[in-house]
Amino acid sequence: MKEFKVTPIRNGTVIDHITVGMALKVLKIVGVKEDTNSTVSVLIHVPSKKAGWKDIVKIEDRELDPKELDKIALISPNATINIIRDYNVAEKFVVEVPNVIRGIMRCSNPGCITNQNEPVETEFVVESKKPITLRCVYCDRTTTQVAENVQ
Amino acid sequence: MSTTFRGMDVVSIRDFSTEQIEHVLKIAEKMVPAAKGEERSVLLEGHVLGSLFYEPSTRTRLSFDAAMTRLGGRVLGFDQPSGASVAKGETLADTIRMVDAYCDVIVLRHPHEGAARMAAHFASRPVVNAGDGAGQHPTQTMLDLFTIRKEKKKLEGNHVALVGDLKYGRTVHSLSEALAMFGAQLTFVAPPSLQIPKEHLKQIESMGQKPKMSSSLEDVIKDIDVLYVTRIQKERFPDPAEYKKVAGMYRIDLPLLKDARKDMIIMHPLPRVGEIDPEVDGTPHAKYFEQAFNGVPVRMALLSLILGASR
Repeated sequence: MKEFKVTPIRNGTVIDHITVGMALKVLKIVGVKEDTNSTVSVLIHVPSKKAGWKDIVKIEDRELDPKELDKIALISPNATINIIRDYNVAEKFVVEVPNVIRGIMRCSNPGCITNQNEPVETEFVVESKKPITLRCVYCDRTTTQVAENVQ
Repeated sequence: MSTTFRGMDVVSIRDFSTEQIEHVLKIAEKMVPAAKGEERSVLLEGHVLGSLFYEPSTRTRLSFDAAMTRLGGRVLGFDQPSGASVAKGETLADTIRMVDAYCDVIVLRHPHEGAARMAAHFASRPVVNAGDGAGQHPTQTMLDLFTIRKEKKKLEGNHVALVGDLKYGRTVHSLSEALAMFGAQLTFVAPPSLQIPKEHLKQIESMGQKPKMSSSLEDVIKDIDVLYVTRIQKERFPDPAEYKKVAGMYRIDLPLLKDARKDMIIMHPLPRVGEIDPEVDGTPHAKYFEQAFNGVPVRMALLSLILGASR
């Protein structure tokens, strides 16, 4: 008999195929805090046919906005988003890393002007999507350390 | 060509095509008599340059001042932020928006990387980057290219050795990329701890160049057309003894130069701190003071182009 560790949800979002170890970062991105009103299920280190292991996050009564999806794409480029409405999968898609990233990440260079309290939004050009390599439009620094710098 | 330069920001050498750089160098050549004071020019009469130096600088600031003044323009600004509203906590963005209303072109030296790109974002007037932290210094690169072209009559095909602090030295990174764009052959001479960063090497290789790496200046001195020397910065070394060891490795003196080609030239962005023996100054190899002068005609060319006074 198939065992379900977490029951299906009625309405909300299931973020599947999260890179293993990134579930807690995903929770931070979607802003789940102690005072949340939704039921949130987190599965860490789940067997996966594709990747060996994965994480899963289920959030009830909540759909994600484009900025949140971009952030998830940056830390977990293979994550799939399932939007659930009345127990059915209403939409399903793989997140996509955009070509230009604005405002959702800080620059890893502490000397960059964007880290100096200036009224400027960070901006990165995606130089490579596998592995994700970003170049700061301001200081030109390239980085592959994305997860640490997503805000 | 004027339409491509008028109003253009000069933030990074990467923003320029080789044709555009060639054009700046050609205009710079024409500026030399006025830069020397042999001719008078009123090309930028009535124009105002806002000169914002948040860090100390001698050559860059004075040569921008000289360039603007030689073309009949005026300069306003500051050479240290302590007396300015900066000291009161004003953001760079606000200072730029204010100065933007007072002048026709802004020249900015700032300790943080990306400052010039941000300034260009907030200013409606063209912004010229006069060095942003460890980042870009495009007018230095242009005057270096101007010097090589003037002395060697061409940029392509020269064998250029860059020696010293290749890891942190900002002039070396943009100069080596620009030289690669023009098809020069490059050799990087540095101890392994100060060699050129991998990402810069990759960038140069992506332009079809195969630079050589060496830690010995003696091995390469016979085969080069240009020796570009940079200062090894003391503050990069936690151990003073280690600094002395490395700094002493690449001292350019007369015995070293006996094997050099007669027409090999030595360049240095200055200030120098013992990298080049003063004995070398009197040899035909030494071009670093001409190089410092060349900052004036090159900056005159850029200012006149971006202000639409030259075509």
